[in-house]
Amino acid sequence: MAPILEISKLRKSYGSTEILKDINVSIDKGDFLVLVGPSGCGKSTLLNCIAGLEPITGGSILIDGQDMTHVSPKDRNIAMVFQSYALYPTMSVAKNITFGMKVRGVDQATQDRKLREVAQQLQIEAYLNRRPGQLSGGQRQRVAMGRALVRDPKLFLFDEPLSNLDAKLRVEMRSEIKKLHHRLGASIVYVTHDQIEAMTLATKIVVMKGGVIQQIGTPQEIYNRPANLFVADFMGSPAMNLIPARVRGTQVEIDRPGAAPILLSDPKVAGLPENVILGLRPEDIAEAGYRAGSDVQQAACQIDLVEPAGADTYVVSTLGGKAVTARLHTETRAAPGESLDLAFDLGKVSYFEPDSGRRLN
Amino acid sequence: MTDLAASATPAARPRRGAGRIALRWGLYLLLCLFALYYLLPLFVMVTTSLKSLDEIRSGSLVALPRDITFEAWRTAWSGACTGIQCEGLRPYFWNSVLLAVPAVLISTVVGALNGYVVAQWRFRGANIIFSLMLFGCFIPFQVVLLPMARLLGLMGIAGTIPGLIFVHVIYGIGFTTLFFRNYYVTIPSELVKAAKVDGAGFFRIFFAIFMPLSLPILVVSVIWQFTQIWNDFLFGVSFSSAGTQPVTVALNNIVNSTTGVKAYNVDMAAAIIAALPTLLVYIVAGKYFIRGLTAGSVKG
Repeated sequence: MAPILEISKLRKSYGSTEILKDINVSIDKGDFLVLVGPSGCGKSTLLNCIAGLEPITGGSILIDGQDMTHVSPKDRNIAMVFQSYALYPTMSVAKNITFGMKVRGVDQATQDRKLREVAQQLQIEAYLNRRPGQLSGGQRQRVAMGRALVRDPKLFLFDEPLSNLDAKLRVEMRSEIKKLHHRLGASIVYVTHDQIEAMTLATKIVVMKGGVIQQIGTPQEIYNRPANLFVADFMGSPAMNLIPARVRGTQVEIDRPGAAPILLSDPKVAGLPENVILGLRPEDIAEAGYRAGSDVQQAACQIDLVEPAGADTYVVSTLGGKAVTARLHTETRAAPGESLDLAFDLGKVSYFEPDSGRRLN
Repeated sequence: MTDLAASATPAARPRRGAGRIALRWGLYLLLCLFALYYLLPLFVMVTTSLKSLDEIRSGSLVALPRDITFEAWRTAWSGACTGIQCEGLRPYFWNSVLLAVPAVLISTVVGALNGYVVAQWRFRGANIIFSLMLFGCFIPFQVVLLPMARLLGLMGIAGTIPGLIFVHVIYGIGFTTLFFRNYYVTIPSELVKAAKVDGAGFFRIFFAIFMPLSLPILVVSVIWQFTQIWNDFLFGVSFSSAGTQPVTVALNNIVNSTTGVKAYNVDMAAAIIAALPTLLVYIVAGKYFIRGLTAGSVKG
């Protein structure tokens, strides 16, 4: 089966500024692709290129096997949801949803039937006659999704659709989008700068920075095996600890203040360069005795800070000259200024080259 | 607004409340004085136009008319002499209508389209073109008189009403483009993108989405253009011929070409007639004018 979307060697520049460099991505039918990255990384531009709203400088875009590189947006069989919702302000909700069908000359009966279906699906029947200005943010969001759903397109494009909502509503709408994806089996490309949205929604994530793809993979791959320091730092909250360390044969040596360096044994480090960055997520550092496994090793660490966060307690220690966060259980005995034995799960560790940021293991 | 301010500081501080009321009365008094000052010329015009010539000669300038007569109005409308012809303002008034209405409509529609393109369909050089149009707003009328006369001659519409319409449309486009561009630039560009994805084209987006949003700025453009074109004298006197003069030129001829006794009452009536349409436009659409000028961003 041909991929529903296939982007190859895509380049985009404004004048001499290159916005997107050699983008190659493809997704299958039913995939939920999330483009994630900091602002200015080119993810929205890429989405606009897929939609045909921005001409591309080089490369090609295939949608369901057809070359759409130079096809106008209306003929690409796509639907798009925008960050500002982009509802037509002078039209009622119903007119907003049916505008596309009206433009395409779909007959009135079909318009009405589809409008009813979508309105029911999104529970917006009650305000079909209102203007967008009379709706709340969450309601507008639903209408914007309705406008996309009613088209029944090959590909849905979402441009940061949740970033104008407040935190609670965002979580709610996030799970609705996820449910919608499951129910319809739709193929979706979704842009966000929120890595939690990316993790929870995606079947496939593309992490971008400066117009270059840093890594493509499933959320688990991206989270567990980040391809470089940027991805490691960007994905996950609190961020992955990136600790400067030295390789000594099959041991890793990490400086700690006021005591001899910590030595952890890890056969994986054999053959790595001397100076490495050791990446370990906060949840992979536990209080000694609370984590079992063959790869778990303990070391005493000076605790600088204790931050209870309800479900967990975060403690901060200085290792290798960096503040390192560990996610502990709430009943921890950790106290600031005192020493605590921490258990490091070396099965989960990532090693990076300090200069290039490349992953080593 | 006043009510809000008053209720925000309730009767707890009566002394300050009294001071505030005094201030308010003082303000109203001052405003009334200004209003009187501005209304006085109009008052003199209206009363003079309703007097007979005898009464004007014998009475005081600001006195109310003893016997109200509309004779001067009748003369001004259909009998006063503009040079050798004595048909009053009527034919010239219709000239002005025939000139102003199409010129206002054409320049507004073209300005709306220009503004829509410059604000929402960015192309290479869009800013330069917009700046040049803006520059057009600042070119003094006198500078273009001779080239324009030559151009109208070449086009074969010199001395005709279509010729005058052409001149006013050209001169108005700079302003109308500016109005519409500044209004449309506040509309999120995602609206155009959404409509494109929905399958709408350039004109469909303009008429289905932008036009319905444009009422306030349409009113601004119409008022501005109508006032400019109706009140224009220089183009009217330069590019018209005997039968195609607009009302402003005719008014000048009535006032300046009388021989013997000056018929002040007729002059005043003629001046009021010539000013009535602009006055009417302001009264009908005035509240939209302010609203349109101060219109902020459109929230979708």
